[in-house]
Amino acid sequence: MFLGTIIYALLNSAILAVMAIGFNLTFGISGVANFAYGAMYILSAYLSWMLLNLLEIPYGLSICVSLLVTMGVGALMYRFVLLRVRGQPLSEVIATFGIGLAILELFHYLGFVGFEYTLPVLIDEGFLIGETMVDWQRVLIAAAAGFLVAGLWAFTHHTRLGLAFRGIAQDERTALTLGIDSDRIAMLSVSLGCGLAALSATLIIPLGSISPSEGYEVLIKALAVCIIGGLGSTSGVIVASFVIGFAERFTDTYLSSHWTMIVSLAAILVVLVVKPSGLFGRQKELEERI
Amino acid sequence: MLYLLAPRLIPILAFLLLPLVLGTYWQKVFLSVAVFALLAISWDILAQSGMISLGQALFFGLGAYCSGVLNHTFGWHPLLALPAATLLGGLIGTVCLLPVLRLRGVYFSMVTLIIPLMLVRIVEATKIFGGTEGLSGIAPLPSKWLELYLIVGVLLGALFGFRRMFNSDYGLVLKGIKDNDRSVTNAGINVYWFKTQALFIASSIGALAGAFMTHVYMFVGMPVFALDYSILPIAAAVVGGPGTLAGATLGAVILVPLSEALRGIGGLRIVFYGCFLVVFIVALPEGIFHYVQRKYHQFERWVEVE
Repeated sequence: MFLGTIIYALLNSAILAVMAIGFNLTFGISGVANFAYGAMYILSAYLSWMLLNLLEIPYGLSICVSLLVTMGVGALMYRFVLLRVRGQPLSEVIATFGIGLAILELFHYLGFVGFEYTLPVLIDEGFLIGETMVDWQRVLIAAAAGFLVAGLWAFTHHTRLGLAFRGIAQDERTALTLGIDSDRIAMLSVSLGCGLAALSATLIIPLGSISPSEGYEVLIKALAVCIIGGLGSTSGVIVASFVIGFAERFTDTYLSSHWTMIVSLAAILVVLVVKPSGLFGRQKELEERI
Repeated sequence: MLYLLAPRLIPILAFLLLPLVLGTYWQKVFLSVAVFALLAISWDILAQSGMISLGQALFFGLGAYCSGVLNHTFGWHPLLALPAATLLGGLIGTVCLLPVLRLRGVYFSMVTLIIPLMLVRIVEATKIFGGTEGLSGIAPLPSKWLELYLIVGVLLGALFGFRRMFNSDYGLVLKGIKDNDRSVTNAGINVYWFKTQALFIASSIGALAGAFMTHVYMFVGMPVFALDYSILPIAAAVVGGPGTLAGATLGAVILVPLSEALRGIGGLRIVFYGCFLVVFIVALPEGIFHYVQRKYHQFERWVEVE
């Protein structure tokens, strides 16, 4: 029982980390709080579903197509909407929120809700640890989480593009003087964030079903993780997803599943009271605090 | 004189006279126009103090539940429960958001987005205040005309009163916090305290709107935290023109009847609101009100020279 809770808490933390990392990346690099993040997650899931079931394209190919389309949508969103309100965080918030809302409510209106709207699991098997059944899909997510974190770290520290990303995150104008096109890089960061949303959707959706309300859920969870960890900090995301993941699983086991949301809410409020810029938000503390 | 008076008198007269000529159905629409206008004004007050809320439903819902509980459980008269819920809802809303005030920028928006959605879960989980079924059988206000003119009075009072407030030194401080909070701090003003006050004002107005709606529908339940109450006020304020409370009211006057007319398309309405938001933020960020105001003042006009 206890061992099972620990295992599932670990896997749950990995799921949360995968959900939040895209949002965090976009915010950390370009300072755009992408409130359409949940919508991108759902958009890519529905796209894969439609390609797979309506056009009957092989699963691997349909995942790739939906990934690319979602990244394209993110880039277009930056190019045509966000570019015009860049530097006014509040307009950015309203614009992305509007886009996300429009996408999610459109799917809601079209009535894509039900158990048949789900993606197939990659490996439909599980194994036993002690008395706990663990399915491979969750293990895959955990592996993907580790791989993503390591990959993003390597990408931002050792490639030219990644260094440009970090450059505009630190100081946009100085980056501009060094020949980094900040608009292009910011567009790529938004697009990459949306791509990560799509990737997490293909990994996580097989555990449940696709529904528009899932989009809000994902956005809320990503926000909760990022607020607790400190916006724009990757180590913060990892620690915060462990905090929330463990807290959720343990309340689920020892209290009741209704209380899981309340635990994250309480965690957010407590962290904000004690350390307003999040657990690892030290670097940007001066700018974000008044 | 008329040149300056007309833009102010026409809405006042319209709000006072319209209830008399409208049919019963459109009177209800008129009520929701006024309620959403109040919510939009409350959003605008927060926005002018540099806090962008994505969850007006929080204030609306808190007010609605306070009034509902006071009336249903403690048997208070609606006219007593209404002001009590306004203050109580405002107070709870302020306390909920107090931890976020120390941060600027998107933090406030994120937390306001999260809290109403989580409060729904809390009501669902703990089954307090009627749980998923909500509280029904709440007493309505004594008469229909009192209902109509109460909300019109509150709306006009809020519109012109808070406009005056923003033109006073106090409002200047609030606008200063939005533009550059560090220089306001430099002037020896406690930014948090002023933000708290603005938050209390805004959440009280939102709570009043919620409490009022509770007594109109004679019901309070989880739908009061729905996304409609968050998104429509933002859409109204953005379409009408953020930064002037009149713009927010104008937006509500345009959008709410429009959404009534579009009732047939159901859930697609929210899609339209989302698109409206994006189009206006990108193409006409000043909003309709500022645009019309500018054009109005550009008209050539005859002025008698003394």
